[in-house]
Parts: sequence; C-alpha cells; structure tokens
Amino acid sequence: MPNLSRIHAIAQKEVFHILRDSRTLVIIILMPLLQLIIFGYAMNMELRQVPLVVQDNALNGASRALIDAFIHTDYFQVVPLAAKQLEPQSIFQTRKAQATLSIPKEFGNSDTAVYLEIDASDPNSAQLIQNYATGIVSSFRGSVAAGIDLRPLILYNPDMKSSFFFVPGLIAMILVMICALLTSISISREKEMGSMEQILVSPVSASEILLGKVLPYILLGLLDALLILGVGMLLFQVPFRGEFVVFLLFTFLYVLTSLCLGLLVSTVAKTQQAAMMMALGITLLPTLLLSGYMFPISSMPPVLQKLTLVIPARYYLQIIRGIMLKGNGVQHLFQAGLSLVIMSAVMLLVAARRFKLRLS
Amino acid sequence: MIHTIDLVKEFGSFRAVDNINLDIAKGEIFGFLGANGAGKTTTIRMLCGLLLPSSGSITVDGLDIAKHSEQVKHKIGYMSQKFSLYPDLKAIENLEFYAGIYKVPFKKALANIRDVVDQFGLTDILSSITGDLPMGYKQRLSLVAALVHDPPLVFLDEPTSGVDPQARREFWQVINDLAQTGKSVIVSTHFMDEAEYCHRVIVMQDGREVVLGKPAELKDQHQAGSMQELFLRVLGENNAKSV
Repeated sequence: MPNLSRIHAIAQKEVFHILRDSRTLVIIILMPLLQLIIFGYAMNMELRQVPLVVQDNALNGASRALIDAFIHTDYFQVVPLAAKQLEPQSIFQTRKAQATLSIPKEFGNSDTAVYLEIDASDPNSAQLIQNYATGIVSSFRGSVAAGIDLRPLILYNPDMKSSFFFVPGLIAMILVMICALLTSISISREKEMGSMEQILVSPVSASEILLGKVLPYILLGLLDALLILGVGMLLFQVPFRGEFVVFLLFTFLYVLTSLCLGLLVSTVAKTQQAAMMMALGITLLPTLLLSGYMFPISSMPPVLQKLTLVIPARYYLQIIRGIMLKGNGVQHLFQAGLSLVIMSAVMLLVAARRFKLRLS
Repeated sequence: MIHTIDLVKEFGSFRAVDNINLDIAKGEIFGFLGANGAGKTTTIRMLCGLLLPSSGSITVDGLDIAKHSEQVKHKIGYMSQKFSLYPDLKAIENLEFYAGIYKVPFKKALANIRDVVDQFGLTDILSSITGDLPMGYKQRLSLVAALVHDPPLVFLDEPTSGVDPQARREFWQVINDLAQTGKSVIVSTHFMDEAEYCHRVIVMQDGREVVLGKPAELKDQHQAGSMQELFLRVLGENNAKSV
C-alpha cells in the first residue's frame, strides 16, 4: 500500500520546485495565455464584411429592400464598382470582391430569382458566404415566396459565434498539453539529474513516487483551467451556463487523465527533451484533429472514429461544451466522466508497472 | 553486515563484475580501489539494490536483498558519485525530503545527523539554497543526507572526488567516527593515500578482485612502501599474469 507520509514528502518537494523554478511558471501561466490569444484570434471561423458587388437591374423598391437586407448584416459590405467593371470573372481575378449579387430586371414583379456568384478558391469561406446569403434571402423573402417555409431555431449559439466553439476547445487542448508536459518533464528531469538514483535507493515504491508527483500538479492544472476559462470569457464573451461545481469536478477528472498521460510518457522518455517532444506529440495534433474539436467525429472514417475513443479531449469536449453552452449537469456528463476515470486508472496502473525501481 | 557470494554483473557480453565475494563486518571501513571502469561503482550499485546481479547473491544483516528489498533499503545510506541533491531546494529542505521518504520524523532525523552536521560545520548553511553552496559543502551535505535515517550500512561512491585535501581529511575523520559508532562504511576512491584510512580494501581490475585485505598486511606481502606502490605493483603482476 502506498504510504501517505512518503507521498507527502515527494509532493511537498515538488511544490518547492514549482515555486522556485521560473520555467515551470512560464509553462503554467504564459504558455496557456499565449495560446489562447493566438489561437483565439487566428482560429476565427466567421466571415465578417465580405466584399460584395451588387448589380441591380431592377432598381425598384423590392430590389432596394433586398440590398438593404444584405447591407444591414455584419456579413457583407457592398463594394461600389463602375458598370464596365461588372464582369464577375474580372472581379474575382482582381480580388475586388468575394461574391456578386445580380438582381434581374423584373425582380419583385414576375421574376423572383436573384443570382449569387461566389469565388470558391477558399471553399470554406464560399460555403459560409452561401449560408449567410441564403439566410438573408430567406428571412427577407417573407411573403414573396410560396411553398415550404423552413424556419430553423438555432439553440445554444444563436449567432453561431465561433468563439463559443473554440474557447471550450482551447481549454481542452491547452490543459492536456500542459498537464502532460508537467509530469513527464518533472520525472525525466530527476532521471537526468541523478536524483532519481537517490530516490530509488530509498524504500519508496513506484506508486508513491507517481502519486507524489501528480498531486501538486492537479492543483496547478485546475488553476490553469480557471485562468484559461476566465481569460477566454473576458476576451471572447463566451457564456458559462452550467454550474461551477460541475465544471470543477469534471475538469479535475480531465486534469488527472492528462497528468497520467504525462506519467506514461515519463516511463519511456529518458531525457527532458525527449519527454517534451513526446508529450507535445501525443497531445497537440491528436487533440486538434481527433477529438472532435476541429472536425466532427461522425464524419470520420470508422477506423479513425474508433481511435478517437482513446483521446481524452474527446470526452472533455463534450463535457466543457455541455457545461458552458448548454448548462449540462452531472446527469448529462456522467458517461464522459466515467470514461476519463477509466482512462486515468489504466494509465496510472500501466505507468506504475512500467516504472523501474532499478537502474537499467 | 553485508555478505556476497560469487557476485556477477553482465551488460550484454561485457562482464562488468566478475565473481566478487565479500564479507564486511559491523563497524568496518571497507575500501573499493581501482581505476575508472574497474567495476567499483557497478558493484556498489548492486550492493545497495540499484542494479540486479546477473548471478550470485547479496545478504544484508542476514536478509537477502532481492527478497526483502524494502527492509534492506531502510538499512542502507547511499551517496552517489554524481551530486544529486536538489539545487533549487534549501539544504534543510533536501534533508527534510530524505527524512520523509525514509518515514523518519524530521526531528528524529535532525537528531540522527546532529553530530555530523556539527563536525562538518554545516549548521549555518542549512537555510541556504543548495545550488548556491560551494562544491565542498555540497559533498558534505550529500553525506549528511545519506544519514538521516541512521542506517547501519553506508555506501559512499567516490565521496572525495573534487574536494580539496583539507576537506578530504575532514571527510575521513567523519567516516572514521561513523565506523566508531558501529556503522559499516563502504567507500570507493581512486586516491591511494585514502586507502590507508580503510580497515580493509579490495583492489579491482576488469571487474575482478586483484587483492583483498588490510592495507598494512597487503603492503607487507607485496613489499610496497605505500598504497600507491602496492596498487601499481599488484596491477602490474595481475597484467603480467593475464598476458
């Protein structure tokens, strides 16, 4: 059985390291803030002020009302162009606009069609432009069109702000990265410095070393989570609809899972450099690509879908988006939380087994 | 106190330690002599449980170290060749940490090391950051850290390398006093003059025992005036034998 006083001795020493080592503090405070700010502003998926050229051949009340509808959103900005420049091909070639809207002569009377041409050299933007335009037209249409009328009700993020989507995702990504880095570096540093040899001569067991290392970092991980959440809410106006206690509880589980991942790395890596590379390698890209953060899991090929089951961020993303945007409680997040508990337990056990109490 | 039978350590096809038999008594100062790579450190690492022997057995106080690893570890103090206290901790925090992992209440640990701390003149530097201390103090502190749990068996792997002659003498005074209180001290060194302070020494070469015995008797047997001379002579004879 692991002995509490030994775990306490190791944990206490670890706290001294953290408080006195400026590098750890940089990892804990500066790295998440920088990432949040850089990612936060760079990963903006919305389009604003798309340059639009309008060719109004009707020049009547209906056509002006339609153009007004476009202008009054934040999405489009009408670029005034002389008549001879109105060839869509040359407009796109010279990048004067990303879309053109032509309104036929009889619009509002016998003709109800309007034509939108979009520059799709960036397909994602093109898709968004189409969606925005369709939205504007369908809400403008009102009485004009007959037939089926689809009236979508958009929940949780009615303005479809992408900050609502990336801030929770960033919390998931930054936490797993930082936590895995912290534990893996802290153990490989002892190996590199030779102090691990002194510890191994003592009667300390592998599980005592690992637990002593993890405990102080749980607190740091939670502090980091609060920091990212706070700054994220402040800078990007993301709502927090759930309960704070639920957030703390499930974030604790995620931090624990991430720290155990770092422990696992440290049983393989012999130097701090190797530990750092490995920890970043197994957290950064997999979290970005396979957690459902950037790309929906349901649209991945079946093999990759299976692979996402071992990505801790996959579960935490459900949790954090659920808490922040939907106000989920424990009853909604139970399964994802349980998955994190199982992952931590398995990794801790494997790390304790792999951890060698002798030199090789 | 510690007893080995046919101790062997192989790394792949390389035999780092070859059939070493030792029987070290309570209160004895036992020296490991030999050039770098002779197998001293590897032997010491096996004796304190850091490396598993390829074959042979080790008992400490009658306990097999493979079977009673935890019990044996409480009896062992170890100061490694490389300085390995935490440089960012205060000296006293390092000691508190080692007391903690040996489950010794810190008050008791301080009592255990009080004499050595006084002897070394460390009282005033205990609240300094370890990394800021001069090398000589770091070495002394490493030895003190190996004693917090009052182990009956102390391993010192080249404790005096990089220490000035004055400090070396002080170190040996402490080692002598430890032996007086009944501790067995196992020391490796490549300073031949230091071998004179040992009760018995083993001279190793290529993982094997070349000679083992009391310094005075060994010098007599090989008609050597000093340990330095003895060392060169026995290694020379050994090389001549193996050619």
